[in-house]
Amino acid sequence: MDLAYTEEEEEFRARLREWLAAVLPALPAKPGPDDWPGRRAYDTAWQRMLYDAGYAGLHWPVDAGGRGATPTQHLIFLEETEKAGAPYVGANFVGLLHAGPTIAAEGTAVQRARWLPPVLRGDEIWCQGFSEPDAGSDLASLRTRAVRDGDDYVVSGQKIWTSHAEVADWCELLVRTDPAAPKHRGISWLAMRMDVPGVTVRPLRTLAGSTEFAEMFLDEVRIPVTHRVGAENDGWRVTMVTLSFERGTAFVGEVVACRRTLAALAAEARANGRWDDPVLRRRLGGLNAEFRALWRLTQWNVSEAQRSGGVPGTGGSVFKLRYSQARQELYEAAAEVLGADGADLDREWVLDRLSSLSYTIAAGTSQIQRNIVAERILGLPKGR
Amino acid sequence: MDFQLSDDQRALRTGIRELLAGRFGRDRMRAALDGGTGIDRALWRELGEAGFFALRLPEAAGGVGLGLPESVLLFEEVGRSLLPGPLIATHLAAGAVKGAAQGEAVIAALDAGRPVGHLGDADGLLVLGAGYAGSGAGPGSGSGAGSGAWDAPGPADGILRDVVGIREAAEPVRSLDPFTPLWRVTGRVGAVAHLPGGALRAEGALLAAAEQLGSAARTTEMAVQHAGEREQFGSPIGSFQAVKHLCAGMLVRTELARGAVYAAAVTADRVEIAGAKLLADDAAVRNARDCLQVHGGMGFTWEADVHLHLKRAWLRSGQWLTAATAEEVLAADLC
Ligand SMILES: Cc1cc2nc3c(=O)[nH]c(=O)nc-3n(C[C@H](O)[C@H](O)[C@H](O)COP(=O)(O)OP(=O)(O)OC[C@H]3O[C@@H](n4cnc5c(N)ncnc54)[C@H](O)[C@@H]3O)c2cc1C
Repeated sequence: MDLAYTEEEEEFRARLREWLAAVLPALPAKPGPDDWPGRRAYDTAWQRMLYDAGYAGLHWPVDAGGRGATPTQHLIFLEETEKAGAPYVGANFVGLLHAGPTIAAEGTAVQRARWLPPVLRGDEIWCQGFSEPDAGSDLASLRTRAVRDGDDYVVSGQKIWTSHAEVADWCELLVRTDPAAPKHRGISWLAMRMDVPGVTVRPLRTLAGSTEFAEMFLDEVRIPVTHRVGAENDGWRVTMVTLSFERGTAFVGEVVACRRTLAALAAEARANGRWDDPVLRRRLGGLNAEFRALWRLTQWNVSEAQRSGGVPGTGGSVFKLRYSQARQELYEAAAEVLGADGADLDREWVLDRLSSLSYTIAAGTSQIQRNIVAERILGLPKGR
Repeated sequence: MDFQLSDDQRALRTGIRELLAGRFGRDRMRAALDGGTGIDRALWRELGEAGFFALRLPEAAGGVGLGLPESVLLFEEVGRSLLPGPLIATHLAAGAVKGAAQGEAVIAALDAGRPVGHLGDADGLLVLGAGYAGSGAGPGSGSGAGSGAWDAPGPADGILRDVVGIREAAEPVRSLDPFTPLWRVTGRVGAVAHLPGGALRAEGALLAAAEQLGSAARTTEMAVQHAGEREQFGSPIGSFQAVKHLCAGMLVRTELARGAVYAAAVTADRVEIAGAKLLADDAAVRNARDCLQVHGGMGFTWEADVHLHLKRAWLRSGQWLTAATAEEVLAADLC
């Protein structure tokens, strides 16, 4: 067991820090939460800067245009960019963290050459069209139909909760290509252009007041068969690859951010006198233990992935369960620190408190994660 | 960075698990429970020969020359097996008290304001803090205004070799944990010899956290095993989601505690140790409770081992470092 970073890793960190210190001060202010075109421009410009500096697709394989960095280097990258206050991956999330890695792992040479470089350069934004009104947790019961017509699939159906749909160029879309097959077997994974005829995006308002996700109606949308990644009807397996990436390292930067928030909360509590309340003080102390341990668990999972050749393990579900809960508790404590100001949406942390409510739902609910942990890690029987 | 067990560490863990399974397997454990709770001196000596107590002494001093991470792996196994006795205090006293390293001497721990475990068998006492005993007389004995005893260890920690007088003046307490006989000691107890180092309480807290981790992992296994075997409504109860989710929660607590305990062992950082103790106490206590629930009526019997884990976990939670003090240490770290 060794928590010390190697000389090489420390060098990588030092170079990255130097670069961040040089470029971040010149960055313009981030556009407001509902300025979607502004946010897209901001996020993609940051991605372009990373690309030009050689930091794009750090953890992607070299033959997919990535840097082939080790899981530990990727961890350092996420830690340092967050510590330095660099922009969050934002609108590039789906492309960089799951559509990209999935195409890199399952796509043909032509598909990789077409889709991966624009993701790395920040030229194209992807969104995720998995969920449907009647297929959320039970994703495999999705009904959006794709019928073969010559060289195209003709796709009709409805998707929902599609984050960043308003600004995306491409969508990783799950469709049913064989309605007669058992539900997990008749699914295919397609890449769909968002600007083709038949695609209608209607923004949905979240409880935090923003429009970060949308519903998407598909009416006889034509998608070339060559845009299918993986074999026809093998989309469920491809999706499992996607989801393991989603849970693998998606939260590393966020744990670092939560630790910063916690320290800021303590400072605020000392400034406004709430620190003298031992119950609140100890609650913040307890959260310090949580987030320190979540960071250690991250290092543990990353070390395990590194030993097994970069494949994210099952630890992701264990991590996500505790992290999503701890994040909500953090902002509950923030409300306690703010006292009466906790009702003011313009105060720091108040909007975060609202956003944190999605953490136990998005990317697989906590109940579904518990099923995964119980069945796939603990080996308990499948059932009711 | 390679935050995973090394091959040597894995081998050590396997070795100690096999040793304990051979010498303190379930039958021996239950026999010890029925036959009285004195220290098994033969087993104690055998642990000494295996290097259990001398693990961290330098090889030149007859020790094994390993570090805190290895001690943590050792005590994790102790926690799994329910092995009783003041193993942590003796481990910490090895090198300072004759016979402790070899398993010839049994050293109990005296902490201000708390009952002393295994005083009847002890050949010496490890006196923590300022040496005050009795109700709330000394620093660190209160419910935690201060992390005083935690922040300022060292010169006050010491060893008392002759415990005969103390034992005579002590009163036995009917102990919650059938494996840990307790005595109430009143009045001031001054240590005669002082131990070098000064991190005794922190190290004790870490090793206790390791025992809690082992217990939490073990009760998770017990629950999962029972849930896979016991049938109701025509199916194993583990196929019911309510039971599944209890088990999944147990694993999550265990793994978070594992990350914290192992990291604290590597860094030996006092704040990390406080976090590790807090999370491992939580995991051990709550996992034992959930394990009991998964066992249904059988869980409430003396026959099932679950209550032994729960009682020990409760007792350990109050030892070396309480939740209140740990949280204060962790809060102070945010300033
Ligand atoms: C902020 C946000 C962003 C999102 N972004 C995207 C996106 O970009 N693309 C995309 O495809 N999807 C996205 N989602 C959708 C998300 O993946 C789903 O909301 C989630 O999987 C839950 O599905 P559902 O909403 O249909 O809830 P349901 O599946 O209807 O669940 C409702 C409740 O029932 C419980 N439940 C359901 N089944 C079981 C079961 N078998 N056992 C126990 N409990 C069960 C759930 O845990 C939950 O508590 C997003 C969601 C949110 C909140």
